Amino acid sequence: MGLATFKGGIHPYEGKELSEKCAIQLLPEFDGDYVFPMVQGLGAPSKPIVAVGDHVLAGQKIAEPGGFIGAVITSSVSGTVKAIEQRLITMGMYVQAIVIESDGKFETAEGVGEERDYTKLSKEEIRSIVKEAGIIGMGGAGFPTHVKLAPKNDDAIDFVIANGSECEPMLTNDHRLMIEEPERIIGGMKVCLQLFPNAKGIIAIEENKPEAIEVMQKLTADEDRISVTVMKTKYPEGGERQLIFACTGRSINSAVLPADAGCVVDNVATLAAIYDAVAKSTPIMQKVITISGDAVAQPANVRIRLGVSYGRIAEAVGGFKTEPAKIICGGPMMGMALFSTDVPVVKNSAALLAFQHDEVSEAQAVQTHCIRCGRCIDACPIFLTPVLMAKAVEARDWAKLESLNGQECIECGSCSYICPAKRPLTQYFKQGRREVMGLRRARQAAEAAKKAEAEKAAAEKKA
Amino acid sequence: MENTEIKKIPNVSSSPHFRSKLTTHREMLDVIIAMVPISLWGIYHFGIYSLVIMIATVAAAVASEYIYEKALHLPITINDLSAVVTGMILSLNMPPQVPVWVPMVGAVFAIVVVKQLYGGLGQNFMNPAIAGRAFLHIAFAGLMNDFSCAKIGFDAVTSATPLAQINAGTYTGTMTDLFLGNTAGCIGEVSVLCLLIGIAYMLYRNVITIQIPASYLITFAVFELLVSGFNGQFVLMQLMSGGVLFGACFMANDYVTSPVTHKGQILYGIFLGIMTGVIRTFAPSAEGVSYSILLGNLLVPIFERYTIPKAFGMGGSKK
Repeated sequence: MGLATFKGGIHPYEGKELSEKCAIQLLPEFDGDYVFPMVQGLGAPSKPIVAVGDHVLAGQKIAEPGGFIGAVITSSVSGTVKAIEQRLITMGMYVQAIVIESDGKFETAEGVGEERDYTKLSKEEIRSIVKEAGIIGMGGAGFPTHVKLAPKNDDAIDFVIANGSECEPMLTNDHRLMIEEPERIIGGMKVCLQLFPNAKGIIAIEENKPEAIEVMQKLTADEDRISVTVMKTKYPEGGERQLIFACTGRSINSAVLPADAGCVVDNVATLAAIYDAVAKSTPIMQKVITISGDAVAQPANVRIRLGVSYGRIAEAVGGFKTEPAKIICGGPMMGMALFSTDVPVVKNSAALLAFQHDEVSEAQAVQTHCIRCGRCIDACPIFLTPVLMAKAVEARDWAKLESLNGQECIECGSCSYICPAKRPLTQYFKQGRREVMGLRRARQAAEAAKKAEAEKAAAEKKA
Repeated sequence: MENTEIKKIPNVSSSPHFRSKLTTHREMLDVIIAMVPISLWGIYHFGIYSLVIMIATVAAAVASEYIYEKALHLPITINDLSAVVTGMILSLNMPPQVPVWVPMVGAVFAIVVVKQLYGGLGQNFMNPAIAGRAFLHIAFAGLMNDFSCAKIGFDAVTSATPLAQINAGTYTGTMTDLFLGNTAGCIGEVSVLCLLIGIAYMLYRNVITIQIPASYLITFAVFELLVSGFNGQFVLMQLMSGGVLFGACFMANDYVTSPVTHKGQILYGIFLGIMTGVIRTFAPSAEGVSYSILLGNLLVPIFERYTIPKAFGMGGSKK
């Protein structure tokens, strides 16, 4: 039997050798300011529940979820709330953030770190603990985990998939976590399996991480409900829909939740955080990130407290050896380019990458018209037709984009990567999808207004 | 270790931040490399004058693209090598002793009228080289149908190309002659062996997919099998003579003027196969390949519209 995989995708330069052998490193604690943006991942912005001047402890809740899809935010340090102000975040915008000046003591809030026997907890208790710990998807998108763990029907979940594919080039933080702290991941998996009595646990890992596969296979050998699935090394193997297909053969589209196909997918780091919260009463305060790229003096995997700026972390591991032409927060395929490293690490941050060359601007120099070679069609993991969608975007023909299923695009970047004409396809689709969303919302609003008017008229007629 | 402060603001762009090494230039270069074997055979078989034709045609194509873009203050795009490819394909489609100005006129027509007037690379709806060839056939029918060549002892009065002979039932050469290219014909179309090397290279380099040439040639073979009353040898000769193999390898595959969807490519190939068969069998013209590809080019949007693949997870899912 071949390795589990999906159709389409690409094989970019992996670059994992730079940091995959670097054990997770603990840096000396940073003093000074820790910044906690109210926007971290998907959902409504969180609402601060502390005021300037308040003294807070590490692990203390400092912000409430701003909506059903939203997350709690906890402080990672003890200190004083210095300001609640607009701060720059990785996405390039300014959002409300709580700035806490560390007192250097790192005192934890009461109860943090207490051992708990999770097998005695009820489902409701587990979900509430996960919610209060502020856990969101730590792989990238940052969807609130407590929402994922609360599907309509617990019994209908057939699979809990731990996403250890780490298909983005350069990143090795999940890889190291699987090798060094597999018990936390498996513990998190067991917590999830407790929520879903009919589910099987799958730990899905790409074959380019043999060490992690070995560790996980050894540790799950005696587990009846947990198995390891080895997947082909291909980008975007770890995309939620691709992963579900590779592991279960089930295909879902953007209108369907994984839970509707009987699946719950969580990144391995998220599972580790679930374990910490449920078994050790510890909310998310720390995170492992990869520092890598050919402009970095010393590639590393480091465990840091949330709220520290990327710049300080980069400096602490040796800084840049040459002036970077490009700095990326996250992976090279879906991460954000930074124009300043003075942005805080948040819950769904995965890496800081710095490169001597910017492949995008180099590609731009040899850009031509689309030659319709169709390579983008072969690369698209969603089986879309980027070549035709790009034409629709260029013509601002949003209806056409919609009819070509443009909203199904996962913005993985495979089409832009493979394009010989160096067209900015993914960028087109990001813009196009937003336009289509806007139009859809306007359409819905218009329909609702029409309906309301009709009802009003009917009511008046009656009267 | 020396730490460098960031003095310059690093580049910011939308993801993905990695790009493959593939470029339009490289793709076109691969097509040119794939045409080297047939070019060399053409020069060896028909004489050094073939090289003159090739150089002149390519030069005319590149120069007309350059001058057009310069005159209209457009970005100069000759570096993408697409004009070289057009010139090369056109020259390989020339009779071996055609006056050199004929393909040069064709190249100018192909580049300026067929390609640039519609917006340049990627915007033309007809294959420039084939449209150029068709234009020459209409404008200079006599010159274009003269396959005489002193080097191979072939004169226009007494002989015809193998295709014409096969159709008339008077072909006396061997299959080996057809396979190696020991026959009369256009410069680049005679050697089946060299064409196969070229297509193998392009498949190996992933420049083309198998859909179009396979569906084209299979459909054409089936068509010929039916009209010949299941005469296998006749079908093989039909496949190996005239421009059908060259067309399937280098002209029907043209990215810009063929469908992008896999199913559309197969439909397109089937259409070309049937049209080529119909023209070769029922029309007096020997231009079956060129005209069927031009007709197929016009239908590309239709082939695409009805063959958009179903997106992942849209219907047919298990759960």
